[in-house]
Amino acid sequence: MIVLEQVNKWFGRYHALVDVSESVSKGELVVICGPSGSGKSTLLRILNRLEDIQSGRILIDGQDIYAPGLDLNRFRSYIGFVFQQFNLFPHLTALENCSLAPMRVHGLSRSAATTRAMELLERVGLADKAGAYPAELSGGQQQRVAIARALAMQPPLMLFDEPTSALDPEMVGEVLLVMRDLAHAGMTMVCVTHEMGFARDVADRILFMDAGQVLERASPAEFFQRPQHPRAQQFLADIRTPFAEKGI
Amino acid sequence: MKELIERYWVYFLVGQYPHGPLGGLALTLLLAASGLLLALPLGVLLGIARLSAYRWLRWPVTALVMTVRGTPLLMVVFWAYFFLPSVTGVRTNQFSTMLIALVVFDGAYLAEIVRAGILGVPKGQAEAARSLGLGVPGALRFVVLPQALRSMLPSLVNQFASSIKETSLGYIIGLQEVSFIASQINNLELTKPMPIYLMLAGTYFLLCFGLSRLAFWLDRSLGVARVSRAAAVRAT
Repeated sequence: MIVLEQVNKWFGRYHALVDVSESVSKGELVVICGPSGSGKSTLLRILNRLEDIQSGRILIDGQDIYAPGLDLNRFRSYIGFVFQQFNLFPHLTALENCSLAPMRVHGLSRSAATTRAMELLERVGLADKAGAYPAELSGGQQQRVAIARALAMQPPLMLFDEPTSALDPEMVGEVLLVMRDLAHAGMTMVCVTHEMGFARDVADRILFMDAGQVLERASPAEFFQRPQHPRAQQFLADIRTPFAEKGI
Repeated sequence: MKELIERYWVYFLVGQYPHGPLGGLALTLLLAASGLLLALPLGVLLGIARLSAYRWLRWPVTALVMTVRGTPLLMVVFWAYFFLPSVTGVRTNQFSTMLIALVVFDGAYLAEIVRAGILGVPKGQAEAARSLGLGVPGALRFVVLPQALRSMLPSLVNQFASSIKETSLGYIIGLQEVSFIASQINNLELTKPMPIYLMLAGTYFLLCFGLSRLAFWLDRSLGVARVSRAAAVRAT
């Protein structure tokens, strides 16, 4: 479903992605992990052209997403994107957040868009908050609305950029639960996350990145039990025993 | 004072109307209102153009805004009065001349307010809108501008109050707005400049003060629902 060929991305002189070649199949859930600044989020953001690449090729469903004449808005509406900071529209209610794009992009009538939005809010367990503004919701509820908003465009592919990193610990579970249900329903998903428990239980494959390169690609079992690359071994060791070797 | 008001109040409010052209306070209000009504959409368009990704749009508009902002309104009025007719060949009346000057001048100032307002909306808002498939116009109209306009309200009111006062420069091209009428009254009376110009000042003050109160009320009624409901939810 997603194919990357020799993708390079620079921010000025900073080489953020180095010759990344990767593919994701339909129905797969891929988790990208790695230390800060390793290029995880950039890798996700280039997939719906929130950032542009400087060389290489990206195919989604066989379509080169840098081909001239590509209808960018139509293309983006097929990819759901969930942000770390939720980015809900604060001047709209939860329901309106979910019905805006179906009405304005897909041209649905208000009633059809509202029906669809209500179904999705129900699916993420927030039907009773339909009339609430984002400021009235907890972080976990906001992120669930954000997921519903992305789903409202009925995308075959969902991208998650550290969806639980801005949440209080007690609210992480409710968001991961929604994501797990989505994965079980067969959605193709690429998630950048630090939730190793989620990665172990739900992911089909894990990509480990550092310094703009994918250093390791493995099943969760392999990755957590027998990481191959020394940098990945170090990363897992630091997560498991943060105080080791630091003499604290 | 009482005698002055009794003698001149009709003249002050509407000028020579209905025996001559409309003037006085009515003309000032008409000029200010149509100026605002035309300058605001112009300002929004110019402000958006200032942020455009296209150089061919961004650069000329930036040059225009900088030029107008670096020029006294008096100059712009003179341009509209002397220069414009010689270029276009159309002789506009005093009202239209002053209106053109005001719209261009205030449009440039409003453009900067709009630009700052748009830049003040977190980048993630536009990204979220774009990621849902909305184009630049859609993202602006449904997501960015509604939030930007809200935060721009105080600056907008400031600018609107300025443009009400700016209508008084119509005086120099002989437009019979309220300042012109006041000076006419002064010429007729000769000995009472103090009460006459105090009344003129009071009139401008009431207009601007009323506008700022209206904006204050608008701001509250827009914000109150969202904020107080959020506070109520947090308190429970």
